[in-house]
Amino acid sequence: MEYFLQQLINGVTLGAIYGLIAIGYTMVYGIIGMINFAHGEVYMIGAFISIITFIVLGLIGITFIPLALMVVLLSAMVFTAAYGWTIERVAYGPLRGSFRLAPLISAIGMSLFLQNYVQLVQGARVKPMQPVITGGFEFFQGSGFTVRLSYIQIIIVVLTIALMVGFTFLIQRTALGRAQRACEQDMGMAALVGIDVNRTISLTFVMGAMLAAVAGMMVTLYYGVIDFFIGFLAGVKAFTAAVLGGIGSLPGAMLGGLLIGLIEAFWSAYFSVEYKDVAVFVILVLTLIFKPTGLLGKPDIEKV
Amino acid sequence: MDVRALLKDAGLAAFVAFMLALPMIGFQTVDFSGGVGITVVTRFGDVAISVVLVFVGRLALSLLQYPSWRPPLLMASVVVVVGLPLLKTQAHYPVITWLAVIASAVIAVRSAWLHFDVSGVVGRDENNRMGDAAAFIGRWFGPVFVLFAVIFPFLPTTSRYLLDLGILVLTYVMLGWGLNVVVGLAGLLDLGYVAFYAVGAYSYAIIARDFGLTFWACLPLAGLFAAFFGVILGFPVLRLRGDYLAIVTLGFGEIIRIVLLNWASFSGGPNGISSIPRPSFLGMPFHPNPPEGVTSFHQFFNIDFSAEHRIVFLYYLILILALVTNSFTLRIRKLPIGRAWEALREDEIACRALGINPTNTKLTAFAIGAMFAGFAGAFFATRQGFISPESFSFIESAVILAIVVLGGMGSQIGVVLAAVLLIGVPEFFRELAQFRMLAFGAAMVGIMIWRPRGLLAHRDPSIRLSDAAGAGR
Repeated sequence: MEYFLQQLINGVTLGAIYGLIAIGYTMVYGIIGMINFAHGEVYMIGAFISIITFIVLGLIGITFIPLALMVVLLSAMVFTAAYGWTIERVAYGPLRGSFRLAPLISAIGMSLFLQNYVQLVQGARVKPMQPVITGGFEFFQGSGFTVRLSYIQIIIVVLTIALMVGFTFLIQRTALGRAQRACEQDMGMAALVGIDVNRTISLTFVMGAMLAAVAGMMVTLYYGVIDFFIGFLAGVKAFTAAVLGGIGSLPGAMLGGLLIGLIEAFWSAYFSVEYKDVAVFVILVLTLIFKPTGLLGKPDIEKV
Repeated sequence: MDVRALLKDAGLAAFVAFMLALPMIGFQTVDFSGGVGITVVTRFGDVAISVVLVFVGRLALSLLQYPSWRPPLLMASVVVVVGLPLLKTQAHYPVITWLAVIASAVIAVRSAWLHFDVSGVVGRDENNRMGDAAAFIGRWFGPVFVLFAVIFPFLPTTSRYLLDLGILVLTYVMLGWGLNVVVGLAGLLDLGYVAFYAVGAYSYAIIARDFGLTFWACLPLAGLFAAFFGVILGFPVLRLRGDYLAIVTLGFGEIIRIVLLNWASFSGGPNGISSIPRPSFLGMPFHPNPPEGVTSFHQFFNIDFSAEHRIVFLYYLILILALVTNSFTLRIRKLPIGRAWEALREDEIACRALGINPTNTKLTAFAIGAMFAGFAGAFFATRQGFISPESFSFIESAVILAIVVLGGMGSQIGVVLAAVLLIGVPEFFRELAQFRMLAFGAAMVGIMIWRPRGLLAHRDPSIRLSDAAGAGR
């Protein structure tokens, strides 16, 4: 029971991180109908910017943890957003109206480029970081197994919930959210009623990149090691989460992320750690075969 | 010309470049000397250079839009005169210097060309011209290339190293042609192509290890197994939309790799399988001292033993395999199934309306592509004599896909040129090896933007009505 509870805690933490990345996939898919294959790389860049900001803050002597966290969060979001914006402008923007596979191939190229760019400018070695936030609660010590709920896990889950709430508000209540939903339904019509479609799409990428940057910062804090290759697997898993929840659906992405996190944690705990990635891929395939619309998605109508 | 708007635009680009470069290029994470953890060193000089490069580059790109040749030429001269001394002082990345020089040369040549080209119209027309060039090269240079490939091992300039490189390039040509069936003809984006390559390699290695069959008996089996895996994977997922297929095949490639890595009793795990039997020439091994009762190659032909015989033999083996792949593809394109592939690529809904079964049609393309990868995998295993999951990572799939995309999807000759360009040429620039995948990625994006049909794209219509009807193009 204690072991189960511990896996539940770990799974929810992991799920929060996947959910944040999955939102980026699902939003982009919803608005322009393409899989942003480079999104995993955006998350990786977010993690790098976080670790760099942490070290720079340490060097200039800002060691008050809450302040440092705020600065890192802001810096990661702002700079990663610049990457998200640029990726859209450079690799996807010129391809609107091109043939079907063009954006996807371009996205794969972008993904390769970013991975190797980071490897080149930051080095291929694993980047470790001293734990910034230590300690936590311990309970159920009775039966020989201690359940730990660390502060960092609490921060991750609370921050994720806060971001989700803010994000839902943004989509539901603001002019930008309205424009985005309009573009999602019918881009041509949205343009006719005066919505700047290009700007809306750019901002979609910017928002996706910001959320991915937060996920990157969380991973840096949680695991303490990152390298230039983390974006690949995390990207595929977050994509699986988006598909499982129903691609195009924002609550679906959050739900899917949570489920994938839980599945991964429980699979590693009760079956085998080696095959945990296989488990996620199998879920992706099974979802696509039996319920391609996902748990909360709308059916996809093909038009001529 | 509106100088202010141009400068504003370039300034905005430079600002974005600053935002991109400041965290990632401005600070480099390095290991603490003598301690644990990492620290950062600053490289603000490189940030400044990136910003200046982007500013100048953006300006040059905008100037290229102008019909006059003077501003681009002026720009190129400015780049050379101002940029080069600046870059010379920064020895971190000499390749940037080269890129700047090449870019300015391209700009200068293009502007000069614009000057002489009275019409000043580029675009559609240019595309057609390139397509005609590709068709010309394909028709007349194809046989010349094949002839060159056949006599290549006997050229006086061919060393052992060049021969090995030739085998490597031909392996990728074959893989590219195989993937071309899936991506180029059927329009299915397969990101896990290397999985079938791995299936072929491992089936040969394991059959040879456990059952002692020879290479020639295993080759069809390897192809068969790979095709079988293609059907197994393809059947459930080929009904999906194209981009889902890409991700699922990517996941499949990873699954195969993870299973090979962890199922040690079957595949040897991370250590792989070693001492895979080498191929023989009609049952005659390439061995200096063959076992009792077996005639070896050099004894039969009564020549001195040389280790190069086997290399030359392997070279011809892959050449033949590749040519078989090529002629098979060219032939099948003209059959109903091949036409159905291309029709499906263009418009799936129309195909369904015409009574083509999309799933079965895609499945054949998938299985045939996988089969060629299986053959290539068996060849890879016998050539290396050692295989491990390391050789079958996602990067390999990406390289093969880059070859197909750069060559022009569906273009056979394009695949050859791209394979030479992407696999052969980088071997001679080893010091630039770290930029190789970076350049591949950038090239894939660039090709999609500027020449989505590939560097040398030419699509022969597989059926042509009368010449009169075709004249309207």
